[in-house]
Amino acid sequence: MSVDTDKTTTFTEPGISGMVSDWSSDKQAFDMPWGKLMMWIFLLSDTFIFSIFLTGYMNVRMSATDQWPNSSEVFALTLFGVHLPLILIAIMTFVLITSSGTMAMAVNYAYRGDRRKTAILMAITALLGASFVGMQAFEWTKLIVEEGIRPWGNPMGAAQFGSTFFMITGFHGMHVTAGVIYLAIVARKVGRGDYEKKGYAIVEIAGLYWHFVDLVWVFIFAFFYLW
Amino acid sequence: MQHVAIADQTEELHDPHSFITKYVWSQDHKVIAIQYGGTAIFVGLVALVLSGLMRLQLGFPESFDFIDPSAYLQFVTMHGMIMVIYLLTALLLGGFGNYLIPLMIGARDMVFPYLNMLSFWFYLLSVIILLSSFFVPGGPTGAGWTLYPPQAILEGTPGYDWGIILMLASLAVFIIAFTMGGLNYVTTVLQARTHGMTLMRMPLTIWGIFTATVLGLLAFPALLVSAIMMMLDKLIGTSFFMPALVSLGENLDYTGGSPVLFQHLFWFFGHPEVYIVALPAFGMVSDVLATHARKNIFGYRMMVWAIVAIGGLSFIVWAHHMYVSGMHPAFGFFFATTTLIIAVPTAIKVYNWVLTLWQGNIHLTVPMLFAIGFIFTFTHGGLTGLFLGNVVIDLPLSDTYFVVAHFHMVMGVSPIMVLFAAIYHWYPLMTGRMFNVTLGKLHFWFTFLGTYAIYLPMHYIGILGVPRRYFAMGTTDFIPESAQTLNASITVSALIVGMSQLFFLANVFWSIRNGEKTGHNPWGATSLEWQTPDVPPKHGNWGKELPRVYRWAYDYSVPGAKEDFIPQNHPVTKEEQTGGEHEEKA
Repeated sequence: MSVDTDKTTTFTEPGISGMVSDWSSDKQAFDMPWGKLMMWIFLLSDTFIFSIFLTGYMNVRMSATDQWPNSSEVFALTLFGVHLPLILIAIMTFVLITSSGTMAMAVNYAYRGDRRKTAILMAITALLGASFVGMQAFEWTKLIVEEGIRPWGNPMGAAQFGSTFFMITGFHGMHVTAGVIYLAIVARKVGRGDYEKKGYAIVEIAGLYWHFVDLVWVFIFAFFYLW
Repeated sequence: MQHVAIADQTEELHDPHSFITKYVWSQDHKVIAIQYGGTAIFVGLVALVLSGLMRLQLGFPESFDFIDPSAYLQFVTMHGMIMVIYLLTALLLGGFGNYLIPLMIGARDMVFPYLNMLSFWFYLLSVIILLSSFFVPGGPTGAGWTLYPPQAILEGTPGYDWGIILMLASLAVFIIAFTMGGLNYVTTVLQARTHGMTLMRMPLTIWGIFTATVLGLLAFPALLVSAIMMMLDKLIGTSFFMPALVSLGENLDYTGGSPVLFQHLFWFFGHPEVYIVALPAFGMVSDVLATHARKNIFGYRMMVWAIVAIGGLSFIVWAHHMYVSGMHPAFGFFFATTTLIIAVPTAIKVYNWVLTLWQGNIHLTVPMLFAIGFIFTFTHGGLTGLFLGNVVIDLPLSDTYFVVAHFHMVMGVSPIMVLFAAIYHWYPLMTGRMFNVTLGKLHFWFTFLGTYAIYLPMHYIGILGVPRRYFAMGTTDFIPESAQTLNASITVSALIVGMSQLFFLANVFWSIRNGEKTGHNPWGATSLEWQTPDVPPKHGNWGKELPRVYRWAYDYSVPGAKEDFIPQNHPVTKEEQTGGEHEEKA
């Protein structure tokens, strides 16, 4: 036990014994900057928010008295005269997952100290995120204007379809939007060299948030579009 | 780049100079704590007045013209919501959490002071939104503090048009405030402890606040989501919680929603909320008992694990609030079992408090009186919980005054006893002065005996079957007339207890200027918050150097030691190491 050491103690033991010594140590339980830990805890809390949204969705889907609309038909798009179910959502999901990849590369370059590449990759991530939000806006417009789906009702069946869809994708879209803004700010500061002294943990913290938003999308995608 | 632990960072906090940055837009955890505490106590007094008005109506029906059935329901609702969320949660976590965490673990401040400041201002905003509902057309919502749909948002319920919207908005803002504060508390406890402060050397106060904050971060999302959904139901006509129904002879547009879903979500928040309030109280009372009994807390490790176990279990008991909502018997069995299992760690804690007192050198100071009072009220409240946890006993008792008496004993009176104990205990630290002991003792006896005068008869009229939340009983065959006499007596006691809080207020305000100066550590406590260079502690808490911790927080009456306490920052002496009696606690 390192009670009286003056220097920063880093625990490098692997596995369970490393975890035990981390937790029984003084000063800090995790060898990471507090901002990163705070983000993890926030994401844990946010996980509960999304889990409860999705649980609520499943519950009203069961309690709804009207027929649940056929989601692959509702979300179909006719492109170049071809009727393609779920095509838009497939593209959106692909874009978002890709943005996770560019984010991971940004974190890598950040820790290598390559400011320029980090900033560019983060900007690309933000752009992909913005295009996701843009496509979502397109999807919402189509659902509202062409198919007449409203939060309080729709021509295809159960009113809860529109309610849960707009509420949950809207809440997720807000997360993506916030993430795009967050990434853009951090990218700009990285490019300016604001973090030269403090270190680049902030890029990883922003990355954690971004990966979380992507991961949540996978669940929303599975529960809304594939079920 | 190597990451440096906060305890190893040498630079001092930048010191604010102007009045505004020091006391208004302050980022100092102690100032924020007092802002939180003051706001919470103020709004708590509003709720106290509301309860007095309710009791007037119940004790002396038909005597007060200004209390009509709608107003009565609004008083019930606002009293409950304010007390549970805006007083207890805010004062225990926002107030004491903010004040004590950095001081007890030896940090200079919370890890993110700016966020901490925002947390308070969002809390204040939520309080303002809540109180503004008294002044809108229709008044505040009268849906009961559980806000059950469908009635909460339908015509016929008081405040269905404006009050409920403001209530939901206020809750959402409160949750944002709590999240900002809570992330700070958890991260600070985990990452910003000083040299030598291991997790198992933290005072139980910190363990209680820490675990409660984790519960809050995981339970408040359920309330947030249900508030959003109900707001959408109300404002744009979605049907999350609203089945097809006829209201005042009119077919409404709602269809296919699930009111029971709301109950599940609400209680998935609501039950952990009980422990969000109780766990900090458990922690603080442990420290008060140990300090004033001059004895180490009995079974420290068990106390810690009991806190953690209660926290974990509190997430799988929520449906015991819903036995009468209609539930598969197997679920009833499951939730009854988990509910009764919670009694095990809770009983461990009660036994350990009693064993801490056993053969202690008990000083009957004001905080100690309140702490011992808590053991009584909590045991009584907990024992009636055993009745209500069982499905078959709960069914007839549901929605009677027995339930009201139970939860007021266990989560109303008990945490408030601890809050008073804590305020009196830490008052010399916060102000540098001692409160008036006579006033404090008067306050204790009025409050302690008064609560029994209120709640013991309430159990009885509950068993008689008097239903709760009724504006007036009228003439009912199964309720004997004597119940009304008891009701009148309860009202008189409640008003006396309410008025006796003036002792407390007068004491707190009078002693800030006129109390006797106490200097350092008047109680002879071991934990770090009493070892600061200045009393009250200044910005940055520790002067030039952070304290070092060498022992646990409960070295009271150590054999062979010069004094009957050894502060945590005193190194372990040779005699202690070779004396054999005392084992290094790590």
